[in-house]
Amino acid sequence: MKVPILYNVRSVLQRPLSTILTALGVALVVAVFIGTLALANGFRTALVRTGSDQNALVLRRGADSELSSGLPREAASIIASSPHVAAGGDGRPLVSPEVYVLISLPKVFDETQVANVVVRGVSEQAWTVRSNLELVAGRRPEPGRGEICVGRRLVSRFGNTAIGQSLKFAGRDWAVVCQFSAAGSSFESEIWGENEQFMPVFRGQVFQSVTFRLRDPAAFEEAKRALEADRRITVDVHRESDFYVQQSQLLDRILRILAILITSIMAVGAVFGAVNTMYAAVASRGPEIAVLLTLGFRPRSVLASFVAESAIIATLGAVLGCLFALPVNGIVTSTTNWASFSEIAFSFRITPDLLAAGLGFGVTMGVIGGFFPARRAARLPVIEALRS
Amino acid sequence: MRHLTLVRANLGRHLRRTVLTIASVALALFLFASLRTVVTTIALTGQFGSARRLVVTNATGIVFPLPLAYANRLSAVPGVQAVSWANWFGGRYGDGKRFFANFAVDAESYLKMYPELVLPPEQREAWLKDKSSAIIGVRLLDVFGWQLGQNVTLQGTIFPGDWTFTIRGVYRPSDAVLNDDMLLFHHALLDERTNRAGIAGWYVLEIDHPDNGPRIAKTIDDQFRNSSSPTKTGTEQAFNASFATMWGNVGLLMNTIGLAVVFAILLVTANAMMMSARERTAEVAVLKTIGFSDRTLFGLVMLEAGAITLTGAALGLGGAKLLYRATNFNAAGFLPGFDVTAETLLAGIGIALALMLASGVVPALRAARLPVIQALRRVE
Repeated sequence: MKVPILYNVRSVLQRPLSTILTALGVALVVAVFIGTLALANGFRTALVRTGSDQNALVLRRGADSELSSGLPREAASIIASSPHVAAGGDGRPLVSPEVYVLISLPKVFDETQVANVVVRGVSEQAWTVRSNLELVAGRRPEPGRGEICVGRRLVSRFGNTAIGQSLKFAGRDWAVVCQFSAAGSSFESEIWGENEQFMPVFRGQVFQSVTFRLRDPAAFEEAKRALEADRRITVDVHRESDFYVQQSQLLDRILRILAILITSIMAVGAVFGAVNTMYAAVASRGPEIAVLLTLGFRPRSVLASFVAESAIIATLGAVLGCLFALPVNGIVTSTTNWASFSEIAFSFRITPDLLAAGLGFGVTMGVIGGFFPARRAARLPVIEALRS
Repeated sequence: MRHLTLVRANLGRHLRRTVLTIASVALALFLFASLRTVVTTIALTGQFGSARRLVVTNATGIVFPLPLAYANRLSAVPGVQAVSWANWFGGRYGDGKRFFANFAVDAESYLKMYPELVLPPEQREAWLKDKSSAIIGVRLLDVFGWQLGQNVTLQGTIFPGDWTFTIRGVYRPSDAVLNDDMLLFHHALLDERTNRAGIAGWYVLEIDHPDNGPRIAKTIDDQFRNSSSPTKTGTEQAFNASFATMWGNVGLLMNTIGLAVVFAILLVTANAMMMSARERTAEVAVLKTIGFSDRTLFGLVMLEAGAITLTGAALGLGGAKLLYRATNFNAAGFLPGFDVTAETLLAGIGIALALMLASGVVPALRAARLPVIQALRRVE
């Protein structure tokens, strides 16, 4: 027969201070667990959302990022004429040969700090090739007019990025005519303009990458084989979504390892706290436990009952921890993605899965912390305990 | 001193509880020291740099090169005593999972510019003579199992192809903040193989006096303002600091976590002290009856709390210091010179003392103010 859970709930309420202290300890660990993983999640999501599995990204062979790549004009036209490129509504190929550079911009809150911001020169088709793009204000830059569109996330962090202002880089002024959003992806930390205008002012007659919409997304491997085998060009073809996932890997791994390391060390400390609390609970309730055993509850039930009691405290803590962590959801932060060397803004992202993992983590701490004290309770010598 | 026996006996009574509490304090302070050291190390790399060295980069952005022809014009600027240049190479070794910095540098002037790169004279000569050779930081010997005299092949990401270098020298940085996992090779080789002679990534200048830095920097930037490649000149320290800030707000993140850690452990310790105190009510009453003063009893509880937190601190802080030193940890090259500073250790001890106060005061006061008669009534 099982010991009613109500017994444990009442016992927990009997010593409120000790319960609260232990639960708060668990809560803090769970909050840090959720918070740090939300950071890693947010970063990865920003990059994962950048790439689409319907697009292919072409770089010079051996280049590990757009920054280190370079493709001559001829290569771009060869790629554009490939049968694997989808055609837009007007019949032109959905392809964007792009100029990709980093410029130094001072941060708005501290002019002495500079960040490396991506400047991307795109073709007119780029706005269709990238399907998650949306203008949030202004109008699209017109070809040949020295106009740029800035990612939504840049606006608050760098000066001269509001519509109507002009931003100076590469030795001239560029008029800001619009802001765009891109579903929280890293494009939102970029400045876009026309490739033909960026080309001469930056690196001369060379593109860094060519992105195109696949005619048949399922036939990516075929397109890849065809282009990489083409003797006229030396390129690597990546599925756009895979490429950005790979770009996120280095930092994502660092963040996750850090999160796991920190929280597991903290968790051990919190488990020790739970162990202390539960041992004290068992020690002070000797006669009670003896009565339970005398009444005929099996030692196994007593064990389960005390583990449950510890789990109740931990669950309370875990729920509190989730509540503590929730406010960080959506907070925007930025860091340098070392794989591309550019600064990316992203927001902390708490998902239901993450909350569930946090809860599970907290409850596990309680179960582990409660096990040994519960075993002692189950093995209590009844006669002696009754006498005390 | 006889009281110490009492404190020891009290600590030993619930030995498991004492040990677990000490262990959680130790873990917390280990974590605190680690997190704090990330922040101090990044700050330190941002402060590294001789005040007598200036760095000249392309004003548009760090990824844009500068003409090599600037070298002569830079050395003609009054106050500039030496000029060297370097270029980011971005080569990968093997699967590329272990990132390390590799540069093409103007070998002779670069070594003169950076006396911090300590290299045995014969290795230095050997490197300067052999244009297809490279020098590496001492850590790379361990990381990749390389040896002096060995050929290593990097895959160029920016400059395509396989690049094979003979390792002619192994340097040790005299300043721990300087990376000990770089590979440096001859700029001349890069020029030769890429057919893009006449381009440098950035220049490093040695100037006559730190005070002249701002003036010289301005002279240089003015001189190139209207050229095709305008420059941005600053102290080496500012250059390094700009890299340090690229991490974003690491400080805030680490400090927030650190605070949570310390607070969580405060709860554990406070709870343990409170439990101990509660169990000893009767005992305290007896002690009072036989003549222990309120003040002594207060002191006894505080001493007990202090013994727990300070032992924990010694274990946690000492453990962090020794562990990182013994393993020569540098976070895969991202945090060179990772070492727990004295300041961090002091802050850790401060936290231990604060923990002692916060967890001990309530139980200690309770012990001191305990009404004897009532408490004794409960004694059988």
